This record gives sequence, C-alpha cells and structure tokens, in this order.
Amino acid sequence: MSERQDILDGETIKRDFPIFRRTIHGKPLVYLDSAATSQKPQQVIDAVSDFYANHNANAHRGVYTLGEESTEAFEGARAKLATFFGSPDPRTIVFTRGTTESLNLVAQGWGRKFLKEGDEVLLTDLEHHSNVVPWQLTAQVTGAVLRYLPLTDEGQLDLSDLGSLLNERTKILAVTGMSNAIGTITPLGMLIEAAHAVGALVAIDAAQLAPHHGISVVELDCDFLAFSGHKMLGPTASGGLYAKPEHLEAMDPMFGGGEMIDEVFHDHSTWKPFPHKFEAGTMQIAQQIGLGVAVDYLSALGMDRVRAHEEEITRYALDRLLSIGATVFGPKDAAARGGAVSFWFRDLHPHDLAQVLDEEGVAIRAGHHCAQLVMRRFGIPASARASFYVYNVKEDVDLLVEALAEAENFFA
Amino acid sequence: MALDDIYKETILDHYKNPRNKRELPGAVVTKTKNNPLCGDEITVSANLEDGKLLEVTFQGAGCSISQSSASMMTEAVAGKAVDDAMGLAANVRGMLAGEVEPDEGAFGDLVALKGVVKYPIRIKCAVLAWDVLQDAVSETDTASA
Repeated sequence: MSERQDILDGETIKRDFPIFRRTIHGKPLVYLDSAATSQKPQQVIDAVSDFYANHNANAHRGVYTLGEESTEAFEGARAKLATFFGSPDPRTIVFTRGTTESLNLVAQGWGRKFLKEGDEVLLTDLEHHSNVVPWQLTAQVTGAVLRYLPLTDEGQLDLSDLGSLLNERTKILAVTGMSNAIGTITPLGMLIEAAHAVGALVAIDAAQLAPHHGISVVELDCDFLAFSGHKMLGPTASGGLYAKPEHLEAMDPMFGGGEMIDEVFHDHSTWKPFPHKFEAGTMQIAQQIGLGVAVDYLSALGMDRVRAHEEEITRYALDRLLSIGATVFGPKDAAARGGAVSFWFRDLHPHDLAQVLDEEGVAIRAGHHCAQLVMRRFGIPASARASFYVYNVKEDVDLLVEALAEAENFFA
Repeated sequence: MALDDIYKETILDHYKNPRNKRELPGAVVTKTKNNPLCGDEITVSANLEDGKLLEVTFQGAGCSISQSSASMMTEAVAGKAVDDAMGLAANVRGMLAGEVEPDEGAFGDLVALKGVVKYPIRIKCAVLAWDVLQDAVSETDTASA
C-alpha cells in the first residue's frame, strides 16, 4: 500500500476527540456507530463552551455587544454551511434541528401547499423513516399518492421501472444520497436529471452523505438537501435544509412564532424573508455555531480525503467480515457504498452481539436502524451495523472481528 | 465476567433449547406482537379451560433475552389460573423494573432474568412474551364477557 500523504491518519485525528481517552469496561473505546451520531472534536466542544462562556445572548434581538456577537457568529455559521455545500447564497440554508426536521419542513411547507389529490411522491425502499413518515402525513392531508422505487438483491435502487414510476404525475422525488442501513450510494445525478425531465422536484436526505462525501448543490442541481450536524462532528440539534431560493420563497413556514414574522395583526401576519421566516423562536444558536466549526474541521481534512479514508476502512471491514462468514447486506463494493455495514454473524441476534461487543469496548448498533422497509426487503427483523468515520482505523475493524469471535464462543 | 449478570446459564439454556416452541393446533387464543425497538416478533398460543391455562406455546425469532423469557414463561404459566399467571406477569415486570424482589419458589428459572434490570434497553426484550400473553388472555375475557 502506498504511503501517500493524502491518506488521512485516523490515529492522529482520534487525538482531537476527547471521548477516545475514556475506557468502556476497562477497554479502549472502539466507536463504530457514527451513522447514528458522530463523536465531537475538541474544537467543536470548545466553540460551544466559548459561546456560552463569552458571547451568550439571543440572536437577531439584542442591540448590545453580546447580541451582535451572537448574531454574527450564528449567521457566520450559515455562511460556512452554504460554502461547505457549494451554495453561493447563505440565505439558501435554513437552520433546523437536523434531517428529520428538514424533511418535515419540505413535506409540510412545500408538500401541503403544492401537492394535490392524485399527485405522486416518489420515494425508495432505501429510505430512513424520516423520509417516509413525513410524506405519509402530507399524503393524508393532500390526497397525494406515495410510490416507491424497489431495491435489487444487492441493495441498489432497482431502476428498471423508473420510466413508469417517475411520470408526469410525480411532483417530487425524495431520496437518500447514502443509506444509513446498508450503505448504498444512490445515483443522484442521474435521478435528479430524470426527475427534472418530468417536471418533478428532488429532495435529498443527505444525513449520511453530507458527513462522508463532498456535495455541491449547484452541481447536483437538487431542489432540497437535508442534513444533520450531529452526524458530521457537530452538536446535537444542529443541522439544516438547503433549498433553491424560489422554493424557499414559495413555501409556507412550518412553525409560527417570534422572530419569523415581519408584522403581526389580529387576523394575519406577514413573514420575514427566507431563511428567517422558517426560524421561529429562539434557535439552536450555540449548536449551529458549533456546526460551523465542525465543517471548518472537515474542510481542513478535505472531503475528498474523508471519503477516501472511509472507502479504505469500509473495504477492509467488508473483507474481514466476509472472511469470517458474516452475511453482509447491501453492496459489497466499497466504491459503491458508504461506511454503514449491516450484517448478521452466524445466527447470533444483533442485540446479543451488541451486548457482548460492548463488554469488549466495541460500540455497534443493533436494530432496524429506522429503516424497516430495508429490513423487510432483506427478510430480517434487525441487523448489526458497524459504521465508520474519520477517527476510525483498521485496528478498530480488527477489534470488532476479535469481539465477534468472543461472542460466537459465548453463545456456542 | 460482568456479562454473566445478564446471560446466566439458565438464560443460555432456554435460548439454546427453547421449551414449548411450536405451533399449538386448535389453540383457544393466539396473539402476535413485535418489539418496535428491534422488530423481533413473538407469537403466543394458549389453550384455556375454566379460567385455567392448560398449555402455552410460543413461536418467533428474537434475541436470547426475548426467546429465553418466552420459553421460561410457557413453563411457568402452564397449569396456572389466568389470574395467577397475570399476577406472575406483573411480578416479572416488577422484577425487571427493580421494584420486586423475586420469590424463588414462585419464579423458578425466571429469577435468571433479574440481571436484565441493569440493561434498561433490554427490558423490552424480556417483557415481550409476557405482553403477548396478557393481550391473548384479555381477548378471551372480552370474548366470554
């Protein structure tokens, strides 16, 4: 293997993350659940702490020094996110608590206003529940019909019926960029082009894609892109929604309240211009500022290197898991997938596996990963899932494999 | 090893050699439920006569905790009056919540589940079979009422 300088060194990166100094049951922490939430570097923790210690005031309100500092840092984080996602206009970033809230904002703010009875919403069997349930709620109100792109046995989108599933009745395609359950990377460029060709908009669930893959919303030409800060080194309850300006202009707000209004009368109100018309009440100021620092951190690493590192560890994990006889769901080619590796080992139930692995300091996820459509497609109630991020090293995979052998012995 | 707190010999034994894990032809009640946390599904079937559980069986797949709890349950409640079985169910829940000190005589093998109290997320696994039994039995109440 080449020792190119452009390969990230997980061991060095790990030192920025204080949580890796602690032990679990006396063993070093091997954290393999970044698809659920990532760990936080000291830089992000310091940014949140510094905000509360030195700058805390509500944003967009106080006409005093602290209020101005808070507003500047909050809006500064918005500008950083716009740059990170390749949008030339910071106003195209609406702050939310994360992907779930962002997708609900699209399904409600856009969907309830523009979908009519008989209109179709195209989803896929890969989707996380947060890109399914909001559309079901909207369909109940509007009479829109939900359709689903199925999956191949390899866990890729089955596009053989795309021509009929994506038709002139389709008003929006809502699709993940990278599966949280089985890692699949979807062909977004081609899907967006096909959707636009029939006049449909495209909303991307980028909860998994954004932390692991460079994204340019301009190049993709997507209409909406939802992301979660806490999965990309940022604080919990940070994140947002990118949308094209014309959609933000046309959409209704989802929440009413303070700071989103222009004027309030007895019978009606007028809204502030976007993005602020979508940001009612006191926002997650410290968290979004922390997220701004998180994307600084990721940008310094370089998203191309972040992706290359993930691909390398994922390839190694797939090799090792398959070699010990684990059943891996989803694509087996690391280049076609992200780092969420779902598997069954022997016939050990994922819950039992996760419990025994925890004893070895190894944290994996066991469950349906909020993706019951995927689980049902593969005929399993749940799976064990290991997922990787910038601070993981190949030795983490080795420890996982050793712990799996322990589990096998335990239940033998 | 701390794992022994949760995985007692008894639990592993019931997991590897589940008792009464089969269909119950002609069952008076059959009920299926799943654990929303992990999607595990358990079906419990029972034959009753005069308010007494004659035979109880279970089917389904799940983790060692849910499977062993179901296996132990089918042994523990067979031959019991429905009211007594429900009383035991309440006590098992109480034990798993750390509120009831199990009476070894009444609990038998079920005492092995006591260690689950330290693993709150697994309590749902341990009570699943008991929830299904309770649902199944309450349906007979409604039917006979």
